[in-house]
Amino acid sequence: MTVKLWLEHAVQDAERRGLAQLKPLLEALARSTAALRMADWNDDATGGTTAGRKPA
Amino acid sequence: MSTGRRDADGAAQPGARTIAVTAAALRRGETSSLALTEECLRRIAQWDRSINSFITVLGEQALAQAAAADRELANGHDRGPLHGIPFSLKDIFDVRGTATTAASRIRSDHVAAEDAPIVARLRQAGVVLIGKTNLHEFALGTTNEESAFGPVHHPLDETRSPGGSSGGSAASVLAGMAYASIGTDTGGSVRIPAAACGLVGLKPSFGEISTNGAVPLSTTLDHVGPLCRSVDDACMVFRVLTGASAFARATAGQESPVHKEWRDLRGKRFGVLAEYFTAVLDSQIAQRFDQVCTLLTRAGAAVDEVRLPHAADIPPVYLHIVLAEAAAYHAASLDSRADAYTEGVRMRLEMGRYLLAEDYVRALRGRDVLTEEVNAALRSRDALLLPTLAIAAPKLGVPTVRIGSSDEPVRNVMLRLTQLFNITGHPAITLPCGTTPDGLPIGLQLVGAAGHTTDLLAIARAIEDQVGPGKSG
Repeated sequence: MTVKLWLEHAVQDAERRGLAQLKPLLEALARSTAALRMADWNDDATGGTTAGRKPA
Repeated sequence: MSTGRRDADGAAQPGARTIAVTAAALRRGETSSLALTEECLRRIAQWDRSINSFITVLGEQALAQAAAADRELANGHDRGPLHGIPFSLKDIFDVRGTATTAASRIRSDHVAAEDAPIVARLRQAGVVLIGKTNLHEFALGTTNEESAFGPVHHPLDETRSPGGSSGGSAASVLAGMAYASIGTDTGGSVRIPAAACGLVGLKPSFGEISTNGAVPLSTTLDHVGPLCRSVDDACMVFRVLTGASAFARATAGQESPVHKEWRDLRGKRFGVLAEYFTAVLDSQIAQRFDQVCTLLTRAGAAVDEVRLPHAADIPPVYLHIVLAEAAAYHAASLDSRADAYTEGVRMRLEMGRYLLAEDYVRALRGRDVLTEEVNAALRSRDALLLPTLAIAAPKLGVPTVRIGSSDEPVRNVMLRLTQLFNITGHPAITLPCGTTPDGLPIGLQLVGAAGHTTDLLAIARAIEDQVGPGKSG
């Protein structure tokens, strides 16, 4: 799941649960998750790494 | 600032009321445990209505423990340097027969059936438990503003936070309501309030002190450690908490548990963490830190800069570990009693419930990378140096702080320099190294090799001689 799609789902679910005030926190978390996924220690099934890759 | 409280009561003088000094006075018969305990209770009655550092005061129990400690000493039964010394305890540890509230209404009906192992060790060492201190609810915060029992106020300036999450612990020691306190540190929660209050705060290596019987925040980041008035005191408490009681007994009444030959800074090598660690730093803190590095060089130490290649990844790694682990612990309560949490803590816990397992695993991989980078930085050095807090004690109720030309979230800034060593598990200690022009304490942080907390304490003792209270540099 891309960070963008994850954020959309998370915000929708939070609003459904009556937690609209979570939205800015989830947006901040999404930025943090994007940074985490871009870290160059991440490898993947192709044998490559995330180094230099654009965020999803 | 509402200063003068400590000055007027005689607890502000550097070195005053340390355990080491008091333990020696006890053994010379110049005071008694009962007198020390009564004085702490008097200060609590006088000052804590405004500071709010205690959730539970164990007055009668403490007086009984003190009387028993005096009887034992009179009969020649000396339990060691903590015998008869009044301590406070963060209200996150179980004490048999008392509530462990974690500063939350969620735990309003809780009464501990047993003592936490660290409480049992303190009792065995003869400590008098004076009371249980206020904290940021469930230790999930750095200011103590979100507590079911109200915020803790800084004893030097009641418009400010004493730091957190062990803020009540720090305030109680600073205000002379206890000689030391035990806190927990998941991202800096011992070191941050210790630095904000001009105390020594120790986070040992991961796993060195049992966290059993403590309400968890994040099980792979949680540490237990003391807040004290000196490095010697921290060393003595650390020994007791790790079970090195024979050593503790042997050093009762000695000037210092740290051998003099370990205190020479000549030839010691220190690495100053650069870039990320100095990028967001109040100018007064930066200025004093530079002065401290100069003092250490003059004392014969070699000081050089060191860079951690993945330092910028520290906040996301920390966030994904702490939120995931905290959310797992709180999930059932969030579903059943969400309204019993303070709003901010509830929202941060709810945020953790949306994290994906794959991102938690990425953060764990990042932990391995960061741990190896800190290990590498320490391979040719005795310790790493950095400020503990990037700012002085912040104003209560103010969510951002101006650093340079930008406004930064207080929470992020307060965690910035401490959270790495919870991720990696390296021992870290803060000691006071000066004050701002407003008289607010500044903390110096030292980081040592994993599993070598005793060596770090010896280095801290040596540095305390150079930069501690009264050394303006």
